[in-house]
Amino acid sequence: MALDANSHNLPGSKPPRQIGMLLTKPFAGFGRSTISWVGNLGASAIFLMLALLKIMHPKQWAKIIQQIYYIGARSTMIIMLVSLFTGMVLGLQSYTALVKFGAQGALGTLVALTLVRELGPVLTAIMIAARAGSAITAEIGIQRISEQIDALDTMRIDPLRYLISPRIAASIISFPILTAVFDIVGIIGGYISGVLLLGANAGTYVYRVQTSMDMKDVTDGFIKSIVFAVIVSTVCCYQGYFAHMRTDSHGAKAVGLSTTSAVVISCVLILVSDYVVTSLLIRG
Amino acid sequence: MDAPLIEFKDVTKRFGSRTILDHINLKIYEGQVTTIIGLSGSGKSVLLKHIIGLLEPDEGTILFQGQPMLKMTKSERTAKHAQISYMFQDNALFDSMTVYENIALPLRETTNLGKTEIDSRVMARIEQTELKDAAHKYPSELSGGMQKRAALARALVTDPHIVLFDEPTSGQDPVRKNAILSMIAQYQRKFGFTAIMVSHEIPDVYFISNRILALYDRAIVFQGTPEELENFDHPFKDEVIRSLEGLQQELTGLYSKRQFKVMHHAQLTQRTHGETYSLVVFALGDLDVIMTGSSHEAVEKIIRSMGRYIDKHFGAIGGFSTRRNTNQFVTVLPYSDLTEAQNILKDFAQDFQERGIQDVFEGAERRKASGGCIELIIWAGIAQSQPFAEIDAVIDEAKSNQKEIARLRCDVRG
Repeated sequence: MALDANSHNLPGSKPPRQIGMLLTKPFAGFGRSTISWVGNLGASAIFLMLALLKIMHPKQWAKIIQQIYYIGARSTMIIMLVSLFTGMVLGLQSYTALVKFGAQGALGTLVALTLVRELGPVLTAIMIAARAGSAITAEIGIQRISEQIDALDTMRIDPLRYLISPRIAASIISFPILTAVFDIVGIIGGYISGVLLLGANAGTYVYRVQTSMDMKDVTDGFIKSIVFAVIVSTVCCYQGYFAHMRTDSHGAKAVGLSTTSAVVISCVLILVSDYVVTSLLIRG
Repeated sequence: MDAPLIEFKDVTKRFGSRTILDHINLKIYEGQVTTIIGLSGSGKSVLLKHIIGLLEPDEGTILFQGQPMLKMTKSERTAKHAQISYMFQDNALFDSMTVYENIALPLRETTNLGKTEIDSRVMARIEQTELKDAAHKYPSELSGGMQKRAALARALVTDPHIVLFDEPTSGQDPVRKNAILSMIAQYQRKFGFTAIMVSHEIPDVYFISNRILALYDRAIVFQGTPEELENFDHPFKDEVIRSLEGLQQELTGLYSKRQFKVMHHAQLTQRTHGETYSLVVFALGDLDVIMTGSSHEAVEKIIRSMGRYIDKHFGAIGGFSTRRNTNQFVTVLPYSDLTEAQNILKDFAQDFQERGIQDVFEGAERRKASGGCIELIIWAGIAQSQPFAEIDAVIDEAKSNQKEIARLRCDVRG
């Protein structure tokens, strides 16, 4: 059979349809990812709403207190340690910069406002996401793949009420308290490096800390920490709860990947939402 | 027959492009033990999950007490759910909770019972399932059999009307398998629930099942009694049952029912006209009574010991035997007449009375027994027949001739 030189059947040539597909492939992939991402966002929102609605169930209180212990109380030491050194580094860097302009008296203001407005809520949330969030995802993920969550369903125990709501409620309570701890210990850290080690004036440092902050700074910091609590707990619970739905892996590997995803997504969303919330609060 | 408790009408389930169940039609009746058999991965567990509502069909209807499940209101579904318990293949026990906490969980979370009432109900189930020593242990500290019992106790603690068992004997040794099946049968009779079981333990499940459903090639190809399944002619039987059923029963070491039939056919139908053979039917006393007074392990030992002694005495002269029922054994003596069979039976009875039964109740079993005395009676009956006669008729004749051949009375208080 004679072949046209332009025929797509010629060896080495690609038919026009295939070329078109190659060109559109990246867009198709991007579209699929976007649809999947939007779908997950919607599913997470519904997941959060359902879990919030079940918080007030009468059998919840003991479980919420237990989760406050796991998420909050057991994170206190690591939060204190991180905040102490964050405050110390902040004091050290700020003092050496301020001293060049002869403005070392503003050290207290700089340390306090940086910690209370930004670093306190953000670093607290990131630390809890790494410590407790990963544990939440792994625990729920294992319960999912070992059919323990299905077992709850068969026993007429709502898994969202039993597993998710207490963790979200405990996070909403724990995050602001741990943020407050972070702020206080961080300011003490700044005092140690700035005043005790570098020789800034102690009275000025304390006075500046007191006078530079108003109540809005504190409440804005708490608002952020509550937003981060909702984000971290929802992302970590969601990733564990739907670990079995992953298309890239199954079983223990799916739990491992879900745990990694939970921490990464939480950290990214903390930073993104920090900008959004800050801009809203500054305008407000 | 009564109206079915659960009925599947043209139920189809797909996962993506894979069809798992294809226009399934089945009926499950109240108060019975119904077993769904089929090869691994044939969709048995998927079928079970439709009953409890963990999965919903893509097509077709599931009726629960005549009412379509999908059209039930929320309260009706809750009421239906309250009647059903599910025992998972891998137990699905909460590994961060003790056995006690696992069993108490459904009562704590779904009822308003007080702490004392919950405690008494949980302890009752723990004692019934012989888990008293393990009550405060974590599942990872228990053996596979104990984990199964803990899962069973959790499934039964809410007094369900229907219990679904997903491969309850998977991963167990032959003794444990039989113990778990016996336990299910015993509790089913004791509590009166409807048991729906998924299993591929053939022929063991025949002993406890009232009804068998065979799942093959995405469809239900058989529904009926285990006896009816024996006469069922379908590729399922060749491909599934024969592949699952070993030549010998794991617990007793005797021939499987199928192999027994093959042996019977091969050894007797070729015989010349006029020749005779003998057949002995053994029956053990009420095993439920022994199980209540002693333990599952004791019953397993009795059955195993019985198999061993039957084979020892009758196998030596060319006899072949099978366990026909939970407590019934059949032996064919192809070359023995009635007198010879009676003499061998006499030797067997004496040996089993003197050594076979005594072994069972030694040591731990004696201590475990809670009643004052366990009584075990063994009956046997002999029939002589022509090779061409229907074996069922010969068995019935032997059964009608049964008389007591051995009895054990053990004073366990001693």
